[in-house]
Amino acid sequence: MYQYDPYDQAMVDARVEEFRDQARRRLEGKLTEDQFKPLRLMNGLYLQLHAYMLRVAIPYGTLNSRQMAALGDIADKYDRGYGHFTTRQNIQYNWIKLEDAADILADLAKVEMHAIQTSGNCIRNISSDHFAGATYDEIIDPRPYAELMRQWSSFHPEFTYLPRKFKICVIASDRDRAAMRLHDIGVQIVKNEADEVGARFFVGGGMGRTPMVAPMIRDFVPLDQLITYAEACLRVYNRYGRRDNKYKARIKILVHELGKEEYTRQVEEEFAHLLDQGVEPPLEELARIAEHFSDPTFEDGAKTVDRSDPDFVLWVDRNTHRHKHDSYVSAVISLKPVGGIPGDATGEQIRIMARLAKQYSFDELRIMHTQNVVLPHVKIADLHALWTELDAADLGAPNMDTIEDMIACPGLDYCALANARSLPLAQRISERFDASGKTEKLGELKLKISGCINACGHHHAGHIGILGVDKKGVENYQLSLGGSEAEDVSLAKITGPGFTEDGVIEAVEKVTDVYLERKEGEERFLDTYRRIGMEPFKEALYG
Amino acid sequence: MKILTGNDLKSGDVIWWTGESWSRHVDDAVDVGEHGPEILAAEEAARRVNVPYIIDATREEDGGVRPAHIKDRVRALGPTVRPDLTLKPKDPEALDWVI
Repeated sequence: MYQYDPYDQAMVDARVEEFRDQARRRLEGKLTEDQFKPLRLMNGLYLQLHAYMLRVAIPYGTLNSRQMAALGDIADKYDRGYGHFTTRQNIQYNWIKLEDAADILADLAKVEMHAIQTSGNCIRNISSDHFAGATYDEIIDPRPYAELMRQWSSFHPEFTYLPRKFKICVIASDRDRAAMRLHDIGVQIVKNEADEVGARFFVGGGMGRTPMVAPMIRDFVPLDQLITYAEACLRVYNRYGRRDNKYKARIKILVHELGKEEYTRQVEEEFAHLLDQGVEPPLEELARIAEHFSDPTFEDGAKTVDRSDPDFVLWVDRNTHRHKHDSYVSAVISLKPVGGIPGDATGEQIRIMARLAKQYSFDELRIMHTQNVVLPHVKIADLHALWTELDAADLGAPNMDTIEDMIACPGLDYCALANARSLPLAQRISERFDASGKTEKLGELKLKISGCINACGHHHAGHIGILGVDKKGVENYQLSLGGSEAEDVSLAKITGPGFTEDGVIEAVEKVTDVYLERKEGEERFLDTYRRIGMEPFKEALYG
Repeated sequence: MKILTGNDLKSGDVIWWTGESWSRHVDDAVDVGEHGPEILAAEEAARRVNVPYIIDATREEDGGVRPAHIKDRVRALGPTVRPDLTLKPKDPEALDWVI
């Protein structure tokens, strides 16, 4: 994986000292909160319900065991013994003291990490496929291009004050495991008919209060023009994005209002203008980056596991993903124990995952946008030993892509923007379905819960989505069905009037019952919904 | 009643105006009547509170103070999903108070 060069390190170290000075001046009263707020946000430091919250960037969700261990140490040293992995493949700490913040950034810098551009109207952490570089079904490893985009977008002087925040995703597979088309820019690396590798550009997707699926504006951009084309997309947005209205400032609104054709025309015009301006980084820089992502030395070994232990087999069948080498798999560590808080891990659990990555996965981990952790390269022969250690650390839940593997934002338990709590719902739903034994029967069922319209819990993209709203000071929950953030992307539709906390849990049970009664063959919940439509579900809920 | 709340500048802790200083316990909050804005301005200028604001609340029969909105009740207690991290970790009824 990528390692900082002296330039990267100097840049991050300088930012730590700059922030240390800013925090000192705030504590001494030389800066007001209005003056300090944009400075702290540029370093990922929010003020939430109970304390300051620090969001740390994990570029395209990739990190090594030393970095992971440092994240666990920060949880214990500066927070209350845990961290929260997010739907942007980042980690957040909920109980940070302002007087500690610069020291935390300094600790992060020692392991080549930072919190820069995890807030503010700039290009945020680049996200990617959590199985990148390991999976059997990708064209190339997209991470060198994600890293190139990270370097291009870091402190980009023209894009530091965009109309609104900006999220980019890079994948290289027809299987979309990163919600690519729900980003401001989604880049899919593809091959054309001449077998050349290039990139499809999808622009103007997103969730939030106005969810939209990004349309494709270019089916093939040569990879040696990738940055130039992205720059053209950003320039048109930066020029015409709605700065007058925060709620209409995302690029999806611009693309929608201009129309895909007109936006594309302007991007192409800008692209033509930029092509000879020297925007594209030299190919030597890409080659230097790519060297960091070369494959480890894989060894031939066992191709199957001993299936005599049913608990182990259940975990293998649910929580491993086919690798490009037939003696390896990618192993998913669930952060969704029954009744647990999705995405939370203790400092000790984080260090255990770091140690296991070093022992079993060539020192590498990935954070999934579904708030789990991946060991990307695990020998099939090592799986039982790995699972045994995970299970002992309460990290062995066999529930990937089931109803118990739900995404949930921090909600009103932590977030200043939230209208309702999402975490208690997640806990109660996982307990209920685990106790009833229905999880297995339901198969793949993606449940996503957001505590407000900003949709950090991706409820628009849930096979079942739940949105918490404030109804005259009381929590209320809207249910929606039929969303997907995968390659069959779609936006969920609201079923009807909302429910109380107890009521929405009953409602989830009812819609899953409709599915079990009406499913045909191997249909997933989403397939059955798409075949029979909303009415049978509405009848069960409101009839 | 009108009460004042905000966050401690250094720690970020949720704090409540007691009439003389700031407390981490909502039950210490006092009714400021119409004087909220001038108290907040003075306290914020002195860096004794960060991002303060005025909220509605009620005095309960047991003398406790209950903020009108659930968001401020969550702030007053702590995250409902982590009773161990709230101000009343051993009180099983504390979470009911939030709802």
